Amino acid sequence: MNAIEVHDLVKKFGDFTAVDHISFDVRQGEIFGFLGPNGAGKTTTINILCTLLKPTAGTALVNGYDVLHHPYEVRQSIGLVFQDPSLDDQLTAEENLQFHAMLYGVSRRDYEQRSREVLELVGLSDRARSLVRTFSGGMKRRLEIARGLLHHPRVLFLDEPTLGLDPQTRRHIWDYVRALREREHITIFLTTHYLEEAEYADRIAIIDHGKIVALDTPSGLKRRIGGDVVRLQTAQNSEAMLRLRTNLQTDVLLDGNEIVLRVPQGDQIIPAIIRTLGAPPPIEVLSINLRHPTLDDVFIHLTGKAIREAEANTTEYMRQMMRVHRR
Amino acid sequence: MENLWRDLQGIYVIWYRDVLRFLRNRARIISSLGQPLLFLFVFGSGLSPAMSRLGAGQLDFTAFLFPGIIAMAVLFTSVFSAVSIVWDREFGFLKEILVAPVSRTAVALGKIAGGSTVALFQGAIILLLAPLVGVHLSLGQIVVLFALMLLTAATMTSFGVLIAARMRSMEGFQMVMNFVLMPMFFLSGAFFPLRDVPLWMDILAQANPMTYGIDPIRQVTLQKSIPEAVLETIRLHPIVTDVAILAVIWLSLMVVAVWIFNRQE
Repeated sequence: MNAIEVHDLVKKFGDFTAVDHISFDVRQGEIFGFLGPNGAGKTTTINILCTLLKPTAGTALVNGYDVLHHPYEVRQSIGLVFQDPSLDDQLTAEENLQFHAMLYGVSRRDYEQRSREVLELVGLSDRARSLVRTFSGGMKRRLEIARGLLHHPRVLFLDEPTLGLDPQTRRHIWDYVRALREREHITIFLTTHYLEEAEYADRIAIIDHGKIVALDTPSGLKRRIGGDVVRLQTAQNSEAMLRLRTNLQTDVLLDGNEIVLRVPQGDQIIPAIIRTLGAPPPIEVLSINLRHPTLDDVFIHLTGKAIREAEANTTEYMRQMMRVHRR
Repeated sequence: MENLWRDLQGIYVIWYRDVLRFLRNRARIISSLGQPLLFLFVFGSGLSPAMSRLGAGQLDFTAFLFPGIIAMAVLFTSVFSAVSIVWDREFGFLKEILVAPVSRTAVALGKIAGGSTVALFQGAIILLLAPLVGVHLSLGQIVVLFALMLLTAATMTSFGVLIAARMRSMEGFQMVMNFVLMPMFFLSGAFFPLRDVPLWMDILAQANPMTYGIDPIRQVTLQKSIPEAVLETIRLHPIVTDVAILAVIWLSLMVVAVWIFNRQE
């Protein structure tokens, strides 16, 4: 059984189609990334999967439960970390966890052990009795992750888990998320519009205007746009190009004083290049440089544009105000 | 059965959170006394001479105003804590509650219970000022007053949840303040007796739930302080009638609030 199965899902708000006939499966135990610009339909999809919104058409199963017909079973089996903070900052970390345990029917005995476990996992054991108000943005996020895990969910949803955090804190959050997968054997579904973060996912669905435009592993997506680019400079460029063409059977171009090769797997072709040029009489290699395509390239290739900036409506404005407070 | 238990837990969590937040925030408790004190002592003392004909000259205006100020504290605290749902839903703990496996009905009822309790506390704090305005209360009166404050609070919190369930931004809040809350307060008989007022005002006052909260609170508060005959001249209905009407309004508002809260996405 897959952790999540989505089939032909549609969500309309009036005339606006936020989610437009999307289908995908999330396997058990994988980190599945939903990548797309603001307003692409990522949060809408999460809200449907966690039963906060009803789909207009199509079906979605989470842990085998239909989101429309068994919302309570779905809710009980998932953990959620929202894009916006949802902790009560006038309460302590422990109180926030306690309330969560009560809402999810975690027994008192289980709670004692489990709360210690999850707080330790996110490195907040020593702050359990502090008011959440005194926490930094990164600590709040970590506490939210801990809370989301408290009731032993089988799928953890993370909606933009690192939004509004500084780069160092973002890296930390990711360390925790990956440690979590090792320790808890849990499926993680996350949305992000940070391309470099989508690299951490096992598979990525790229969503734009409510449609999935690609679904693959990060390296698979990058291979689609023609692989790596190797650039090198030699003492005798024309002679070098001739040899590379015959020996490597690949396209070789000259760009200024650099030889450019477009190859599927650049790291594997470099030894061959060295061997070819090193054969007698050797041609001196002055520099060699390998560039992997980034998800940025993939995104532009697939959607014809870079990830859009958010439009500033009221909710977005309020959200930005909140972010300032969270730092 | 298991669902019912979970929902009861949910109601308890939401109620307990509101109470805990209130008790923890001592600064808010103290600052919330500012406005009532201002009304009671500045407004009350200032108008006292001009209002000397009140109750055939046997009723001090400050004492008359006192129950109105209790009701004011209850009204504002109730509606504010209910309307906090709007903010809480988008950027706060309520979102966590809405995705938990508890029903929307439980969430709405928990919020009504929490807001009512906090409003009751707030009213009780004002009640402590009774000796300062020359009102003496027996234990029996205090118990009855608590019940009346709770009923008023539950009515107004239900009303607040009803408004908040459909409100999407805090921008609407100022409008509720200006066009609903203030008129409700002024047309409730808190400031002046609703006897011999123009017909239009009489109609609006009769349609105002707060009227039925303030009338019995005033009667019980002043019971021992002024003669029965004087009380007769300022009251609108017998206490039992007030309570019956208020209870009906409370139940209707609560049912509608829960219904609307369930229907929102």
